[in-house]
Amino acid sequence: MSEREVLELLRENARYSTADIARMTDLEEDEVEAAIEELEATGVVRGYQAVVDWDKLEDERVRAEVELNVRLDRETGYDDISQRLARFPQVKALRLVSGDYDFDMEVEGDSIREVSQFISEKVAPVPEITQTVTHYVMTSYKENGIEFGDGEDDERLSFSP
Amino acid sequence: MTFELSDRVQTVPPSGIRRFFEIAEERDDVISLGVGEPDFATPWAARDAAITSLEQGKTSYTANRGRRDLREAIADYVADRFDLGYDPDEEIIVTAGASEAVDLAFRSFVDPGDTVAIAQPSYISYEPGVIFAGGEVLPVPTYEEDDFRLTVEGLEEAGADEADMLVLCYPNNPTGAIMSAEDLEPIAEFVREHDLMVLSDEIYAELTYDGEHTSIATFEGMRERTIVFNGFSKAHAMTGLRLGYALGPAEAIGAMNKIHQYTMLSAPTTAQYAALEALDSCESDVREMVAQYDRRRQFVLSRFREIGMDVFEAKGAFYCFPEVPEGFTAEEFAEEVLREQGVAVVPGDVFGAGGDGHLRISYATGLEDLREALARIEAFVDGHA
Ligand SMILES: Cc1ncc(COP(=O)(O)O)c(C=O)c1O
Repeated sequence: MSEREVLELLRENARYSTADIARMTDLEEDEVEAAIEELEATGVVRGYQAVVDWDKLEDERVRAEVELNVRLDRETGYDDISQRLARFPQVKALRLVSGDYDFDMEVEGDSIREVSQFISEKVAPVPEITQTVTHYVMTSYKENGIEFGDGEDDERLSFSP
Repeated sequence: MTFELSDRVQTVPPSGIRRFFEIAEERDDVISLGVGEPDFATPWAARDAAITSLEQGKTSYTANRGRRDLREAIADYVADRFDLGYDPDEEIIVTAGASEAVDLAFRSFVDPGDTVAIAQPSYISYEPGVIFAGGEVLPVPTYEEDDFRLTVEGLEEAGADEADMLVLCYPNNPTGAIMSAEDLEPIAEFVREHDLMVLSDEIYAELTYDGEHTSIATFEGMRERTIVFNGFSKAHAMTGLRLGYALGPAEAIGAMNKIHQYTMLSAPTTAQYAALEALDSCESDVREMVAQYDRRRQFVLSRFREIGMDVFEAKGAFYCFPEVPEGFTAEEFAEEVLREQGVAVVPGDVFGAGGDGHLRISYATGLEDLREALARIEAFVDGHA
């Protein structure tokens, strides 16, 4: 149970210090450390990353959501195709999904040209892939549960009963 | 012309918070731990229900006592959560905030000269409410050594056996104290023995972090002498929608409704739709907010201990109540920490007897701000050590 609580707090903000998490959960610091180690060792926590609002950055960053349809045969399963695609560093996320298409792939690059080239030269030619539909991301409003935008001001009175 | 103010209005002093508010308004770097309202927005489903009701043009008065479907939902909710059984037709009234319900109760049951015992420290509106109704206040202090719980000895010492009415507020604003079933049992006995009426403000009932909330109305012989107050401001983060309710015997609620129907007519209609949805589908939002408050509570308590300020282990609401370090009164501490560090806190004195020497700290504030505010308090305390 406490592991689950620690996990929730890490998801809220992975930069909370062990001391902060200990204060919030009423655990000892070394218990928090142990819980985090356990979460990492068992592969529940796979890593820690910053949530970035690319629109706030000068540099261009191009992202695309790509829908992929595949045709399986006797030798090739979803796992084989996913392994092949997941290796590309341009691929930031890859998920098998239900519905009109099979894979949902997030791709990132420095320019539209780079992303298009990657899809046409590396992804589309994979023999099992029958169709790709690319959607470029124009604006992101929320990522990983965090809303972008300028943040609402706290309009509450500084004192209230 | 000059207005001839009524004696009742003149008797009530201006709010003790006001002066601090003026200082806080002068600067823009203030982190406020002085707010007694959630920092969360009303759950989306409830907001959406309010919007939809507006789009459908549902903007007329409702029944005086509130929409029937809402009263039914309230009856189901309090039965389910707090083991309270009330008839939606006669024993529930929906009001513009618990505040209105409290005022209705004072005006319905207090005659000039009646004595109203108030367990203190407590929410600041009871005392003026009693005075506006023409009654007299009997403060019943509670103490940190009793975990700010009301005791029979406390009642006896204050002379509450002679009072006509007793006001309770647990979980408590400002201390964060709760009263368990074992704590309430002897109080109920005292109340029955001395034939008091009880007003029990349970608006923080959902925000109980240690065990289950128990209502004093569930004790034998108590239902017929108790009015229970609750509302949507705190647990459902709906302060601005102004919706609360009172539960009590038909005769008592009928009396309150008599005043309500002439002064308020009915509680805000849009808010009633939001509240109905809140009870219908926002339980998980409430649980999530309560979990967040609990984490902040533990964070704040543990930080005060690190800072070296004695702090009572708050178990309910979203306040904690540390003691001010030696060399300060609560007022001085609150004013200086506001001027020097830009942290707004409320001195405990404003909450009545037993509150002096303490500060009310609200943790209805994001964790980042809490962390910064406590670092500033730490710097302040270290600087004055
Ligand atoms: C104990 C208590 N009762 C009642 C209220 C007011 O509630 P409402 O918004 O429902 O009028 C508050 C608000 O701070 C409170 O702390």
